[in-house]
Amino acid sequence: MKLRFALMVLIACFAFNANAQTKYKKSSGAGSMTRGLVVYKSVCLACHMATGTGVPHLNPPLINTSYVNGPKPALIKIVLNGFDEDVEINGQKYSNTMTPHSDLTDQQIADVLTYVRKSFGNKGSSVSAAEVKKVRETK
Amino acid sequence: MKTKKLFVFMLPVFAAAGLILFNACKSPDDKGSKADTTQTSATAPSTADAGLKVPAGFSAVILADNLGEPRHLVVTPQNDIYVHTQGTKDGKGIWVLHDDGDKATVKTGFGNYGGTGIAIKNGYLYASSNSDIYRYKLNDKGEVADPNNPETIVTGLVNKRMHNSKSIALDNDGNIYVNIGAYSNICSEYDKDKKGCPVLNDAAGIWQFKADKPNQKQTDGVRYATGLRNVVGLDWNQQDNQLFVMQHGRDALHDLFPAMYTTKQSADLPSECMYALKNGDNAGWPYVYYDWMQKKLMAGPEYGGDGKKEADAKYLRPAMGYPGHFAPDGLLFYTGNQFPEKYKNGAFIAFHGSWNRAPEPQEGYCVVFQPFKDGKPDGQYEIFADGFAGPDKSPDGAIHRPCGLAQGPDGSLYVTDDKKGTLYKITYKK
Repeated sequence: MKLRFALMVLIACFAFNANAQTKYKKSSGAGSMTRGLVVYKSVCLACHMATGTGVPHLNPPLINTSYVNGPKPALIKIVLNGFDEDVEINGQKYSNTMTPHSDLTDQQIADVLTYVRKSFGNKGSSVSAAEVKKVRETK
Repeated sequence: MKTKKLFVFMLPVFAAAGLILFNACKSPDDKGSKADTTQTSATAPSTADAGLKVPAGFSAVILADNLGEPRHLVVTPQNDIYVHTQGTKDGKGIWVLHDDGDKATVKTGFGNYGGTGIAIKNGYLYASSNSDIYRYKLNDKGEVADPNNPETIVTGLVNKRMHNSKSIALDNDGNIYVNIGAYSNICSEYDKDKKGCPVLNDAAGIWQFKADKPNQKQTDGVRYATGLRNVVGLDWNQQDNQLFVMQHGRDALHDLFPAMYTTKQSADLPSECMYALKNGDNAGWPYVYYDWMQKKLMAGPEYGGDGKKEADAKYLRPAMGYPGHFAPDGLLFYTGNQFPEKYKNGAFIAFHGSWNRAPEPQEGYCVVFQPFKDGKPDGQYEIFADGFAGPDKSPDGAIHRPCGLAQGPDGSLYVTDDKKGTLYKITYKK
């Protein structure tokens, strides 16, 4: 019974979101930030924390680092492919493996990276779905 | 794949609600002005000089500060303290302090490697980097005579970045035990076809080596116990003559299986576990996890579990379970005579504190006492020292995070903090 209810909720949510998806691309820059926050909370927050600080020695911060503020294709690639390399940021090393998130849509990745590049004190430029698409294709 | 996508859309609902909780998480016990640090009343817990909350009759002082990132430590009969730091400073990763009672001063440093493990046994100081174990002969004053020329006991242990700290403990029969943590959360990237996790072959267990034989390789050791994801705190129980370890449980039950686990369940589960180990034991990672609320060993969702199915009974049950993600980094069996009788032969556990309970509040950041009877955990654990984090119990916001534990010659308890580099001493006065 419970399962059935959960399933219904899931289906309802999916339907709602599928609907939202069609409107997704038409939204403005501010919309991208709002949607990006939603993706951030659901996918990124658990490891990178609500404030983008990460966790010492385990999960890298998203603040004050060229991984986030540098060239966009490299950043997009990390989201698509995950990350399992030695990383040193501001003298600290981080050991946890990041899983790939290629199941996110181009627009979701664009939104969440826009959010990350403009939040926590970062002042980077937006990322577009077209930029994500390009990296995904050249993967 | 579809469930994964669904969950991506579902999750914000929980996450948004939880974020409010997350941000509202404030520890109630961070008040510690020096004005009200008068010696304890008989009933209420006291806030000692160090800003920690400890039981009545106990007091905590800060012996030293800004030591870098001190991990484990050991105290000699002469009141020298050997502290191993995670990294090196001025090319040194082991620091020697002398405890003068309420202050400790740094005497010297040596060892050109950072690390976690450090122990003293039979006239030798043992210390580990993330891939090797060394030992140094101690003189009759408990000092390292030749700090620049240690014997290499074990070399080339698996070190693949994740869970790579090598904690150590020694028994009374000439063996040294070392944790080799799994270089993975739950092995999914190494066992896609679910044919058996290959990480277990060279990691995710405790290995046993000869304590006095130089240049052993990992393959020269015995895989003493397997199926342990990552152990940081471990200690030899003298009463039971047995190795006890604290396992850090897996992450991301909800993130990976949103249909089976709520964010709340994912914060509480799986248990952080204490295991009493014997040669050949298998604690079951990545196939099983322990549910401390139901007191059941559960089948992992990657291997046929559904959140309700119990595990195959062949796996070792933990001696005790603790709430999820508290991160037990220090374990010490108390054998001293200074503390009240109930502490004798019980276990202190330093919980470093969680990062992955969001959107639930983060927890841990404390030292607990686990009562023991006849060499086995007996009854509920109790918070022994709290207030390390200050008002913000989160990895970034915490002021201090407890990590290593040691017992002094007079029975005092020493605690390291690897966030601000503080060294605490907790004592009891009748």
